[in-house]
Amino acid sequence: MIRPRLARGLRAQLVLVFLLVSVISALTAATVTFRQGRTAIVERAQADALQELRAHLTSRAPDLPADPGEADLRTLALQLDRAGTRGWRTALSYRDGPLVTAGAQAPPLPGRLRAQAASATTALAQRFHHDRTPWLAVALPVTSAARPDGPAPLVVYASFSLASQEQDVGTLAAAARAGALPVALASIIPALLAARRLLRPVRRLRSAAERMAAGGLDTRVTVTGDDELADLGRTFNAMAARVQADAATLRDMEARARRFAADVSHELRTPLAAMTAVTDVLDADAASGRLAPLTAEALRLVSGETRKLTHLVEDLIEVSRFDAGAAVLTLDEVDVGELVVKTLALRHWSGRVRTDLPPGLRARLDPRRVDVILANLVGNALRHGGTAVLVRVRAGDDRIAITVSDDGPGIPAGLLPHVFDRFTKADAARTRTEGSGLGLAIALENARLHGGTLTAANAPDGGAVLTLTLPRDPGTED
Amino acid sequence: MTRVLVIEDDPAVRRGVSLGLRHRGHETLLVSTGEEGLAELVASAPEIVLLDLMLPGMSGLETCRRIRAFSQVPIVILSARDDDVDVVVGLEAGADDYVIKPASSEVIEARMRAVLRRTGRPSSPDLARGTYGDLLVDRVALRVLKHGEQLALAPTELKLLLFLSAAPEQTFSRQQLLEQVWEHSFHGDYRLVDACVMRLRAKIEDDPRNPRYIQTVRGFGYRFGPL
Repeated sequence: MIRPRLARGLRAQLVLVFLLVSVISALTAATVTFRQGRTAIVERAQADALQELRAHLTSRAPDLPADPGEADLRTLALQLDRAGTRGWRTALSYRDGPLVTAGAQAPPLPGRLRAQAASATTALAQRFHHDRTPWLAVALPVTSAARPDGPAPLVVYASFSLASQEQDVGTLAAAARAGALPVALASIIPALLAARRLLRPVRRLRSAAERMAAGGLDTRVTVTGDDELADLGRTFNAMAARVQADAATLRDMEARARRFAADVSHELRTPLAAMTAVTDVLDADAASGRLAPLTAEALRLVSGETRKLTHLVEDLIEVSRFDAGAAVLTLDEVDVGELVVKTLALRHWSGRVRTDLPPGLRARLDPRRVDVILANLVGNALRHGGTAVLVRVRAGDDRIAITVSDDGPGIPAGLLPHVFDRFTKADAARTRTEGSGLGLAIALENARLHGGTLTAANAPDGGAVLTLTLPRDPGTED
Repeated sequence: MTRVLVIEDDPAVRRGVSLGLRHRGHETLLVSTGEEGLAELVASAPEIVLLDLMLPGMSGLETCRRIRAFSQVPIVILSARDDDVDVVVGLEAGADDYVIKPASSEVIEARMRAVLRRTGRPSSPDLARGTYGDLLVDRVALRVLKHGEQLALAPTELKLLLFLSAAPEQTFSRQQLLEQVWEHSFHGDYRLVDACVMRLRAKIEDDPRNPRYIQTVRGFGYRFGPL
C-alpha cells in the first residue's frame, strides 16, 4: 500500500514543481512587460510634452521683450496654458525670480526640480505625486539669442496630471495578470503529461522489481531512449540477468550434488545386492561351529555390516528420492490403531511397547510411509529411551496426533533443534548405532509429504516425546 | 528343492543369488540375457523364474511378456526400487510378484515359496468344482474353462480367481487380498492386486471394461459377482 502512494507523491511533486516554475516565469514575464510598458508610456508622455512646450516657446518667445516684466511673463504663461493640449499649467521664472503664472494659483512643482532648473542648461523632467495622482513636471530653460552660452535667464515650467497614462498602465497590468494566470493554470496539463511520461518507466521498473521479488527471475524491462531512467532500466536488466544466472548455477550445483549422492547410492546397490544375497550363507556357516572361531567371528562381522550398509544405502536412496521430489503418496483409508499394532507386531516390538489407541479411528494416509515413520520413532525410543515406550493416538476434528514417548534421559538440549537433520546421532562421539542416521530425516519428509508435522520435545518429567500429526484426509487440504 | 531360472545380467548378483538359493537347497540355472532366459526356459523347464528388469538387449519387461506368451511359469521380478514404474508394467505384463534388491536369500526364497504355493492345493477343498456363468472353475485340477476351453492363467491369477470365487459376492479389501493371495505383510503394494485383477479380467471377462465376474467395489476392494 505504501508503494503506490509513493508514486502518486512523486507525480504530485513533479506537477507542483512544474506549476511553480511556470507561475514564476509567467509572473516574471508579466512584471517585466508591465514595467517596460509603464516606463515607455511615461517617457513618451514626457518627451511629447517637452517637444510641444519647446515648439510653443519657439513661436512665442521672440515676441518677448529683452527684459520682460511680470505682465509679459503672465501673458506668455496664459498663451502657453491655452496652447497646451494636455491640460498643463505653466509657470515662468525670470532670472530666478518668483514664479509667474496665468491664474492665481501656481501649478504644483516639486522643489527639487526648481532647485535643479536654476542652473540647468537642458530640459528637466520629474515625476511626482500630487493629490494622490501621478504628475509630471518639466522645466525648460530658455536662453537669450544674444548670449546662447550663458545661464538661461528664463525657465519655463509645465506640470500636468498623468492620470490618463496611469489608466493605460492599469490596463497593461490587468492584461498581464489576465495572461499570466490562465497560462500558469494551463501548464498543469503538460505538467501532468510530462509527469506521466517520466513516471512510466519508473512504474515499469517497480512492477518488474515486484515480479522479480516474487521469484520471476526472467523478468526484464523494455528499455527505450538514452536518458537516466533508461540507464536505470539497463542496470536493472543486467542485475536481473546476473541474479538469474547465479540462481541457475546454484540450482545446477545443488542438483549435481544430489544427483551424485543418488548415483553413488545406486552404484553401491548392485554389489550390495550380491553381498546381501549371501549373508545368510555366512550366518549359517558362522553358527555351524565347523569353522575356526576367528573365521566365524569375521563372517558374522561381514554379514552384520553388510546388512547395515544395505540399510544405509536404502535410506540414502529414499532421501534422494525426496530431494528429487519423486516421492509420491499412495493414500488409503485405514484403521490407525490397527496400523500401529501391525507395525509393532511386524518388528516383534509388541511386548516392549505400550499403546493407547482409540478404537475404530480411520484416516486416509499412506500406510507404508506411516509405518516407516512409526518404526523410526519407536525404534529410536527403544534404542535410546529405555523400557517404558508408549505410543498414544489422539484424534482431532481434521487431524490425528500420534505421540511416541519414553522414559529415557531425553534429548540433550543442544541436539533438540537438530534431531531431524541428516546424520545427527544422539551421542556426540558419533558412536555408530543401529540406525543409519537418516531415519528421523526420512520420517520428517514422510510426515511433510502427508501435509503433517513431526516435532521433538522433552517431557517435563524426563524422556523424549516425538509427536506426529497427520491430516485425516490429505486430499481435502490444499 | 526347486529349479530356479535366474535371469540377471550382473555376474556378482547372479552368483550371490545363486549361492544363497543353493545354500537353501535349490537348484539354479543362471543366464545373463532375456534371449538366453527364453531358450533355457524351453530347454530346462524350471519351476520358477527370477527376472531382473534391467537387462541389456531384450529388456526384462519384454522377456516377461514373451514368457507369458507361451508359459504360465511363476515369475518373480528382481527390481531396484527406483524401477517403480517398471514394476507396475512388469506386473501388468504377467509377473506374479516382485522383490526389491538388495534382498537376502531368505526374503527371495520366502517370496518364491509364496508364489509357488499358489499353484498348490486350494484352501477350501469342499468346493471342488463350481460353475459361474460361462466359467467352470476346477479346484482339483487347478484349471479354469470358459465356454469349455481352458484359460491360460498365471499362478497368481489362478489363485486370485479361486480365492474370490470361493466366496461369491463377498467383498475383499486389497489389503485382505494381499495377505491371502500374495502372503504379503500389512504394508504391501496394492498395485500387485490391481495389476493382477486387470490381467485376470482380460482373460475371463467378455468386456474387461465392464467386468461381470470380478467387480470393483469403489472405496473397498473387489468382489466376485453377483452374476
